[in-house]
Amino acid sequence: MIAKLVAISLTAILAQNFVLVKFLGICPFLGVSKKVDTALGMGMAVTFVMTLASMMTYFCQNLILVPLGIEYMQTIAFIVIIAALVQFVEMFLQKYIPSLYSALGIYLPLITTNCAVLGVALLNIQEPTYGLIECLVNGFASGLGFLLAIVLFAGVRERLESSDIPESFRGFPIALVSASLLALAFMGFSNMQFGL
Amino acid sequence: MTEILFPALAIGAVGLVLGILLAVAAKAFHVEVDERIEKISACLSGANCGGCGYAGCSAYAAAIVNDGAPMGLCAAGGQAAANAIAAIMGAEAEVVEPVRAVVRCAGINGAAADHYEYRGVADCVAASKLQGGGHKACNFGCLGYGSCQQACTEGGISIVDGVASIDGSACIGCGSCVKVCPKGIIELVPKKNKVYVKCSSCDKGAAMKVKCSAGCIGCRICEKACPNGAVTVTDSHASIDYSKCTNCGLCAEKCPRHIIVNEDAPAPAPECEEPAAEAAAV
Repeated sequence: MIAKLVAISLTAILAQNFVLVKFLGICPFLGVSKKVDTALGMGMAVTFVMTLASMMTYFCQNLILVPLGIEYMQTIAFIVIIAALVQFVEMFLQKYIPSLYSALGIYLPLITTNCAVLGVALLNIQEPTYGLIECLVNGFASGLGFLLAIVLFAGVRERLESSDIPESFRGFPIALVSASLLALAFMGFSNMQFGL
Repeated sequence: MTEILFPALAIGAVGLVLGILLAVAAKAFHVEVDERIEKISACLSGANCGGCGYAGCSAYAAAIVNDGAPMGLCAAGGQAAANAIAAIMGAEAEVVEPVRAVVRCAGINGAAADHYEYRGVADCVAASKLQGGGHKACNFGCLGYGSCQQACTEGGISIVDGVASIDGSACIGCGSCVKVCPKGIIELVPKKNKVYVKCSSCDKGAAMKVKCSAGCIGCRICEKACPNGAVTVTDSHASIDYSKCTNCGLCAEKCPRHIIVNEDAPAPAPECEEPAAEAAAV
């Protein structure tokens, strides 16, 4: 059991990293990665939402959708759940961490439409062997993978700020080039089999 | 029937439960927001033009309350907004001079000569990076690819005969077009001032005449005509000091090139002194 969970985690963080290998959740990855601090905050918010979303959608799937035979409503039901979760996180941050709330700005409510969150929820229930624990671990580890990717990328971008870049590459072009190089590095993990 | 009713009820129930939970959470995590911020937001135009220098109307409202930002920055709201904000903040209103943008170029197609034909992206910033600062021979001329048109939140800019034309009644004076214009030829002018110079060429008269048949030659007739000393010729073109201008329109009447525009007076018929094609061959 433990070995399986470790394998799920490593796969989600490295080999099947949501941002850099599956290319989901690119919007906040590019939008909030200018500073390591806000990237860290965004990563943690996404991790939190992904973990909770994995749990809630698991229950929703197995207690509501499957017994009623309406699995085809998955997308709608999951989006509703994720939207509610994001609202909750937003209220929580505004109350307790207002600086992070204002730093994340528009990207916070946009986690609702972050395809990585819906992605992890949908991929979880497609794995027939996944129980609640596996779903939770997968959600959490996918979030960590997102966190790792966005923080690494923010570090790169902070360096880029002070580098001498040809004028036409400044800003977004060089950010996209660096993102692709980062993705290339993560592709190195993609053939690893973590005992699955 | 049930195959529709069932899913609808189930998803509806999920939504309802989540909604109730959120309502409870909203009470638990309620944050006191300074009510003045919302009141000020309501006074602002809501155009989110960014002319005040903040990210949007609500950001500006928050800056007024929290950081003591100046109250008269909303160009779109004008004096009315400044008064309303001052009333909310309990302070003296600042005087806001409503402004509108004008394009200081008269080099329409046929008047201004071209260096070359440009077939690239229809964007002034891109075009201005090319050799010679764009296809126009005059380096201070409107390129006419409408970057300002795209920046305008009010849809008040159109391109007429290759030169941007701004509808003064639609302009809210936010200055977005001024910022985006790579040639820097759009200027904010007080709305009460009807007279402005439609050229900003820094080329000397003779050199300018080769490039454009419409531009200012810096003859200084306007300078002498102005009773208030509001018009001066600097960098080979006339400029008006709007704090001194009284809208008398004498400079516009006297201008031999008709490059000073008086919006209150009927525009004289433009006269092209030399064909532009000849100039392009030089």
